[in-house]
Amino acid sequence: MTAMIDVADARKTFTMHLQGGIELPVVRGVTFHVNPGECVVLSGPSGAGKSSILKMIFGNYRCDSGRIGIRHRGTVVDLATAEPRQVLNIRRSTIGYVSQFLRAVPRVATIDVVAEPLIVNGLARPDAQHRAGALLHRLSIPERLWQLPPATFSGGEQQRVNIARGFISDLPVLLLDEPTASLDAANRAVVVELVAEKKRQGVAMVAIVHDDEIRHLIADRIVDVTSFAAAA
Amino acid sequence: MVDQDLADLDTLGSDQPLLVAQSLSKSFGRIAACRDVSFALYPGEVLAIVGESGSGKSTLLQMLSGQLAPSAGHVSYRMRDGVTRDLTTLGEAERRFLFRTDWGFVHQDPAQGLRMAVSAGANVGERLMAVGWNHYGRIRETASDWLTRVEIDVARIDDAPRTYSGGMRQRLQIARNLVTEPRLVFMDEPTGGLDVSVQARLLDLVRSLVAELHLAVIIVTHDLAVARLLSHRVMVMKGGRVIETGLTDQVLDDPREPYTQLLVSSILPP
Repeated sequence: MTAMIDVADARKTFTMHLQGGIELPVVRGVTFHVNPGECVVLSGPSGAGKSSILKMIFGNYRCDSGRIGIRHRGTVVDLATAEPRQVLNIRRSTIGYVSQFLRAVPRVATIDVVAEPLIVNGLARPDAQHRAGALLHRLSIPERLWQLPPATFSGGEQQRVNIARGFISDLPVLLLDEPTASLDAANRAVVVELVAEKKRQGVAMVAIVHDDEIRHLIADRIVDVTSFAAAA
Repeated sequence: MVDQDLADLDTLGSDQPLLVAQSLSKSFGRIAACRDVSFALYPGEVLAIVGESGSGKSTLLQMLSGQLAPSAGHVSYRMRDGVTRDLTTLGEAERRFLFRTDWGFVHQDPAQGLRMAVSAGANVGERLMAVGWNHYGRIRETASDWLTRVEIDVARIDDAPRTYSGGMRQRLQIARNLVTEPRLVFMDEPTGGLDVSVQARLLDLVRSLVAELHLAVIIVTHDLAVARLLSHRVMVMKGGRVIETGLTDQVLDDPREPYTQLLVSSILPP
């Protein structure tokens, strides 16, 4: 088996010390895998733990137990127990995360925000900017905005900048947290195309998508998160 | 949620730590200011030490930078020649040399890190002269270059920092520290006394310089937003102990300890 992501029996509970130590079980027994070139969509009602699972796979939330196996440079690393430096390396060269919201770096031009993941991985700035421009163009961000920091953009424009930044890399694993949430039909169609291109390149993806139509267009498999609901 | 990371941790070619703290403790009389702190810092890594006043973070920083002798434990540092030395065994001259060349220290109050009555150019140039530069033209050129890098108008090069605003002073202090291309910089609440808008600009500048120069940084701050923006890893201190440590976004987004949860929940929403 050459799964890119192999989650086995992962469990997450929040302990709210400020609320008298209430235990808030989120998920338990989370088990699924994602192969290269496959897009797995997590489904389930709001609050079922979809975003938490995505954050566990990115190493942003810790697991209480279980395993988050990630194929990183040919070997499988358990992200649930990896050292911080290793998690950062995995994020740099293996796992990308596209969230709904752009955490904009102040004062950095849009074109550089988008190009940065490529530059960090060693591509020359002009080449990286060239690819960033092409992607911004596809996502209908007009060229006159490219030199401005995205902090001043509208919510929809910021989301498209974020998508460009997330999709520009050649990372073999992508996590998509509602990438189409506030986009118009034309831009949603571009995201669907981008996902299809990533599949052809062998990228393994896990997505949260609320729009049924988009879900049918991108999902190869659906994993129902309600089966991982932690008994309260 | 998370900033994709700028730092290039594994192409720095080093799986050897730059600085290692082993079971550091410090007592002042019967008061234990710092208890049993251990960690390793790698080249290019930014570590934030967070906690409230009195948590022991400043005592720890002073021990790490060799300014305060620990009551117990060791700090070792890998010198430029690749040899790892115990800081307590360094002579005063060697320690001073390290401070002038391979280390920087950015104080909360720029007046502590700058000479307020001499020109900005001399403040930066002084560090270069201390490492043997003697060509006036080249020193001035390098100083001008660094003023530009920290966004200070070169026309102000001959003015003394006491004529500068707080934000400019702090940027000048950073230029003075970085001009000798140190590998490790200690920062003690570097944005502490600044207005919020000035803080943002300084943090942004520090963030890009750290990535560009592959600096290792140990930054003490009580401001979790500063830790989030600048650091890879965070150590939370309380009562002289490290109570929680880990990847910065993990500790801040999924804090485990009651005290860390309290700190995180005390941040006002943006």
